[in-house]
This record gives sequence, C-alpha cells and structure tokens, in this order.
Amino acid sequence: MSDPLLRLSGLSKAYPGVIANEDVSLAIAPGEVHALLGENGAGKSTLVKMIYGLVRPDSGAMQLSGAAYTPATPRAARAAGIAMVFQHFSLFDAMSVAENVALGMEDPPRLRDLATRIRDVSQAYGLPLDPARIVGDLSAGERQRVEIIRCLLQRPRLFIMDEPTSVLTPGEVEILFATLRKLRGEGVAILYISHKLAEIRALCDRATILRRGRVVGACDPREVSAHAMAEQMVGARFGAPLRTPGETGEVLLSLAGLSLAPLGTFGTALKDVAFDVRAGEILGIGGVAGNGQDELLAALSGERQSASGSVVFCGDDISRLGPSARRARGLCTAPEERLGHAAAPEMSLTENTLVTGAERENLVQRGMIQWGAAEAFARRIITAFDVRTPGPDAPARALSGGNLQKFVIGREVLQSPRVLVVNQPTWGVDAAAAAIRPALIDLAEGGAAVVVISQDLDELMEISDRFGALSEGRLSNIRPVRGLGVEEIGLMMGGAETRALAHG
Amino acid sequence: MLRLERRATPSKLWAWAAPVLAVVFTMLAGGALFAAFGTDPVLAIRTIFWDPLFGEFAFFYRPQLLLKAAPLVLIALGLAMGFRAGVWNIGAEGQYIVGAICGAAVALALYPAESWLLFPAMVAAGALGGWAWGMIPALLRVRFGTNEILVSLMLVYVAEKLVAAMALGLLRDPEGRGFPGSRNLQSYPSAHNAEIIAGSGVHWGVVAALIAVIGGYVLLSHHVRGFHIRLSGAAPKAARFAGVIPARVVIFCLGLSGALAGMAGLFEVAGPAGQITIEFGVGYGFTAIIVAFLGRLHPFGILAAGLLMALTYVGGEAAQAGLQLPAAAIQVFQGMLLFFLLAVDVFTHFRVRRIRVREA
Repeated sequence: MSDPLLRLSGLSKAYPGVIANEDVSLAIAPGEVHALLGENGAGKSTLVKMIYGLVRPDSGAMQLSGAAYTPATPRAARAAGIAMVFQHFSLFDAMSVAENVALGMEDPPRLRDLATRIRDVSQAYGLPLDPARIVGDLSAGERQRVEIIRCLLQRPRLFIMDEPTSVLTPGEVEILFATLRKLRGEGVAILYISHKLAEIRALCDRATILRRGRVVGACDPREVSAHAMAEQMVGARFGAPLRTPGETGEVLLSLAGLSLAPLGTFGTALKDVAFDVRAGEILGIGGVAGNGQDELLAALSGERQSASGSVVFCGDDISRLGPSARRARGLCTAPEERLGHAAAPEMSLTENTLVTGAERENLVQRGMIQWGAAEAFARRIITAFDVRTPGPDAPARALSGGNLQKFVIGREVLQSPRVLVVNQPTWGVDAAAAAIRPALIDLAEGGAAVVVISQDLDELMEISDRFGALSEGRLSNIRPVRGLGVEEIGLMMGGAETRALAHG
Repeated sequence: MLRLERRATPSKLWAWAAPVLAVVFTMLAGGALFAAFGTDPVLAIRTIFWDPLFGEFAFFYRPQLLLKAAPLVLIALGLAMGFRAGVWNIGAEGQYIVGAICGAAVALALYPAESWLLFPAMVAAGALGGWAWGMIPALLRVRFGTNEILVSLMLVYVAEKLVAAMALGLLRDPEGRGFPGSRNLQSYPSAHNAEIIAGSGVHWGVVAALIAVIGGYVLLSHHVRGFHIRLSGAAPKAARFAGVIPARVVIFCLGLSGALAGMAGLFEVAGPAGQITIEFGVGYGFTAIIVAFLGRLHPFGILAAGLLMALTYVGGEAAQAGLQLPAAAIQVFQGMLLFFLLAVDVFTHFRVRRIRVREA
C-alpha cells in the first residue's frame, strides 16, 4: 500500500454505559475504496463522526497525510479535505437545489455561477441533477445527489458515505457506484459504510470489520467470501442458551401474509411476513436495523392496521383493531424508541403508566383517571425493576436510558400480557439487560408468548427458543435456536437462507 | 461567556414566576413608552392597574372587568386545550363572530317571542355556530393536511365580511330607518343577557366562564381525554402508541374551542354589545391567545390572566380618556405582555451558565 491518506491509531470513545469504539486502528490510501463493515451498534457511526469532527475521541490519534489531525468541528474537517454524506439528508424542501448547495458553503458564489458549477460537476460525474429544481420534488436518490455534489464542490481528498444505498433503487445504486469508481480513479479515497456484503464485494478494495466497537478483522472483500465476512461481523461464538425450551402450549399469536407499506421515507415495507408463537415460547427476530423491525412492531401494537386475517390473536382476527383494544385482549408491545414513542419525555412516570396501562390496570374508570392507582402502578414498576429515579413524579426525560428502558419494559411485563412483543429491549443499555432478560424469560415460563425483536444476536441466542431474521421486510423461515450455526444465521440475515440450506 | 443550558426538568418556580415577571417588565417598558409620549409613567401605570380596582370610581370599573374577562376566559380555555395538543386555532375571533351571528339570528327570527326557552336556544345556536366555523379548519386539516393556523386565521376575515353583510342585510333592524345593525337585543327581554344581579357585571357569560374553568380543569387533569390531549402535544408518537387517533384530537379541540368562542360571542351580542353591527368583532379572539399563554394553558391560570388582561382593557380605556394616550399605545402594551412572557419563559426550560472560552 502507498503512504496512507488517513491513519487512525488506537481510537477509543466511550459513552455512559456503552463503549462505542475501543482501540480502533486503520489506514486508508488515496484512491482506495475502504469499506467499514459491521452490524448496527458496532461503532461505525461513532468512528466516522470522530473523523468528521463531530465527536472527539477519548484517546488515540489520527494522521492526515502524515500530519497530526484533530478536527474540532466538521468545518475543520471539511477544510482538511474530508467530506461526508449522511444517511439522513439536511436539505430544505422548499428551496431549489442550487440554494440548498449554497447554504452549506463557507462563502457561496452567485447563484447563477453556482448553478453552472453544479451542472458541470453533475455531468462530469454522471449524476444528472437540475440545479433549478425544488428539493421537495426530488426522489430520495436525487436528494442524495444534491448532498454528493455539495461535497464534490469542495474537492475532497476523503469522501465518507454512510449507508448510501439504503435509500436508492437498484438503478440508482449503479449510477452511484459509477460515480464512486470515477472518484477513485482521480485519487480520492472513499470510506464506505455498509452492512450489505454484495455491494462491498462489488465496490471496495479493502474492508475493516467492526464488532462491538473493536476491529475484528480486515480483508480484501473481493477475495474473501461473503460467508466469512458475515461470520466476522456477527461473531463466531455465541453464549450457551440461558434456558432449555420447555413445554409450549397453544398458538397465541399468528401472522399470515402480513404486508405493510413503509413508515416514512426511510422505512421498509413488510412483505408477506408469517410466524406463529406459542404459549411459553420466546421467538427471537434478528436482522440489521431498518429491515422492517419498526413496521413489524407497529403492525403488532395496532399503530398500523393491516389486511384482515393477517394478525390473529388467540384465534381472533385483530388486524383491524387499534392499540387500546389489542392491549385489552392481552397483546402488549414495547417499541424501540424509549423517549417520545414508548414514553412522553416531559411527563412524569405516573402519567406515563397511562400510555399503555390504562386498560389492563384499570387506571381509568368511566373516563376519569385514577391517579392513586396510576401512581401505585408506577411505584410497583420502580420497585420490581429497580428503576433508579427520585420517584414516580420524575419526568421520563430525567431517567438514564437504562432506567427508562427498565420502566418501559416493566410497565408491559407487570400487566401480565398473554403476548409481549419488544423491539430492542436492551439496546444501548448493557447494565439494564441483566434485569430485563430474566423478566422476559420468566414471563414466557409463566405461559405467555414473547417476541423479541433485536439486533443483538448474542441476546437472541441467549434467550430465544426459535429464531428468524428480517431482511428487507421479509422474514426468513423460523428455526430452532439449538444447533443453529453462525453461517446459517448470517445467511438468514442476508435473506438467502432457504435456498442455500435446502441441501445442508 | 454566558450559555443557555437545558434543564433536566422544567423549573416549577420559573413556570409560575415567568408571568409575574412578564407583568413587571411590561410595566417598566410600558412606563418608558408612556414617558416617551410625555405622560407621567407612574400616573399612567396607576391609572391602568390600580384605579380600576381601588380608585375613586372602582364601583364603575369593577363590573366592567368581569364583562371583559368573561369572553376572554371562555375563549382562552378552548384555545388552551388545542394548544396543549399542538392544534393551533388562531381563528377564535371568527368563531366568536359566527357564534354571535347564529345566536342572534335565532332571537331575531322569533322576534318578539316571549319564552324563557329562547335564551338557552340562543346559547346553543351560538355554540353550534362557533363549532361549525371551527370544524372547517379541523376537517380540512384531517382530510387534506392543510395548516389549521392559516385556515382558521383566514376564516376570521371571512367572518368579518359575513357579519358586515348581516348587519347591512339579513339581520338589519326593519325599524332602523335603514341604518346598519340589527335590533337591539337589550330591549328584547327574552333574548337579553342581562346582569343577574344589577350593577355587579355578572351576566350568564361570567357564570359560563366560571363553569368552563372548572370543567376545563377536570378535563385536563382528571379525564382520560384531557390526558390524551396533553399526550398528543407532548409526544405525538407516544399518543398514537397509546391508541389516540390524531384526527379525533384535532376535531375535538377545534370543535371545543369553536363552541366556547361561539358562546362567548353570543353572550356578548345578547348582553354588553346588544346588537350585530358591522364592527362587531373587537379582537377578543386574538387577545385570548395571549390570555391562554399568560395563564400557562392552565384553567386557573387562564382565569387570573383573563382578569389581568381585562384590567389592561378597562384601565387602558381610562388612560385613553383621562391621559389622552393613543389607543395603539394600549395595544402595544398588551402585545408586550406576550413578548415578555415568551422571553422570560426561556428560563423555565433553560438555565444560564457562565463558561470560560477555550482557546481554539
């Protein structure tokens, strides 16, 4: 390898309760497309945020072209020749392409000159884009082009792209790859973040694989199989299952042919999802974030209603029922986003019990709120789940992530649901996991059916009896966890398991 | 260097100190304004804030206070429900006018009826008229995603044209020798919203405002629908997760605030105003927005804020008459109240921290 453009040595960054990066070292050469590969939460975003000056490392050093590089702000990073396209765009819908580009510039030229330059760059790199169009009318792919051109106008030496293809159609992906190859030809280094193995094999020269904040491998993706990369990404060793599957009872929740349009611009449509969960069983659903987990939870909670017959609870079709009616029957859910979705940040814990507890805990009678009962329920959750808080009057926002998560899960578990569906029960709250996982297992052993949606495969292997993976809105076949190998899991997460394993 | 830092929890002290401080700042800035007009600022502030309550002619001003405060409180209560839910009804003035037209129309259509049933029917018609006017922005938002701020505001101007057309046409007094304006309801006993105790200023609108304050408190603090309203405003996603249907909240809030504003309009036209005139709307619907925020969107706070705002009206008129202050100066004064409230409110959610500037 020639002299590296950017060298990272021993970068570490910790947040309260979570180590985002630990001793990460890597080097990127000019003209190299370098993949940063890892599951969600592996620390990819934190790493690039450090490179882009958004986050300051706790320890370690960075060198750019051999000189020490310590960007204090994204502006300093841009001045050093580093540009970044984020997964979520920062564009104003009501303004034109040229106006949006001008907004991001240090000292923008006259709009007419800028439009000419945008047109030149867009032609040179094969990214068709009309500078006069209003951003609100553009597709997601075209919006991404605005961001890319905004970066290219700075003539960057290192170009960082965070999961760029998640919003693109296959045709747009091809156009993007052509642009990136052209940039590589000009000597620009590209740091490409993704978890899509096929893309990385098609585009990248080198890959660094992160897992739990550490570098676990580096390879040439063109020479190593996708299996091998998936194995490194997922981790080759799983903890022994915490429990042995016990007797299971009748089917409590059954999905059949569940299809649903995506939630928002960055959502994923659910396609023909089907599974059964029985009393006493924990079903783990894995998959990389953004493959339909939020949609699946919304379809089960009742926030989104689906076609008749697609969600059946204890033999009754509940597809068209809203959240309250489903809870009253005994289907409780806990979404991933703690603040703002599972709980209202500004409201007290007592008030937050009413978000889901009103029906099953009789907190509302003839329309009147029983504040005494609500407070008693809040106290019961606080005691049972060891929630560290000054008391039930504290607003949800004042709790740490782990304590709020214990509250949110506790609120559902203590309602003794017949079926509990949780999305990311221990996400980013390692310390709280010790309280949450046993509670889920106890609930199942008490005869409830539990569905755990998680990106933490270790967690799923530890607590679930059967496992399936979501990939681009489709659910793989459900398989018993016992005897499930890493390679099979990797393939299930890639959406290709049934064909490849038919003979294995 | 000073820096604002978000508080972990909003300060309860500041939440209630802010309105008081805003009043103090308004007095100071208003005093400076009056001084610039060449009026003695102490005298002006005393004329506005003290004399109507405790001065020589307080017996005349005190009933006036209740008459002005009643519509403000009634309207502001409805608005506060919506503001809590993130439903921004800015067009209460229009709902107030349409309520007055509908209520008065019932009385005028049945002229000269003599029945105790007439007045309740007028109140119902007023509420219904305001409700219907509020349903226009509600349904447009729910059905087409229009912005209720713009639609409700624009409907105020429609309502103003409508009331002018009514005063000149359909509702014009047939015995009025061609002058614009309806029959005077004050001389129509069954329809007159007279004082319940003569000279006290207490008419049915004051009673309704007090009932609405208590009802609003129960709804917001003890009823599940009020909780859903607050949840919708505080965390819309959590509200949907709880099973709240956002469209129903929009319809409920705009309907309720429309009905209360419509009732306020009816009590006004049947009482202090007496008749439908071209210039019937005098801005209660807009001032009520200030009242709602000054009262922290809390029913009891709104009651206090409504009385305070009524004081600036009554005292302002006295200052205009006695000190020759321009009417616009009084309006600036009321605007300042909201301005200072919003400014001081920052400290409810933020604290000021002194930080040392690091060398970059």
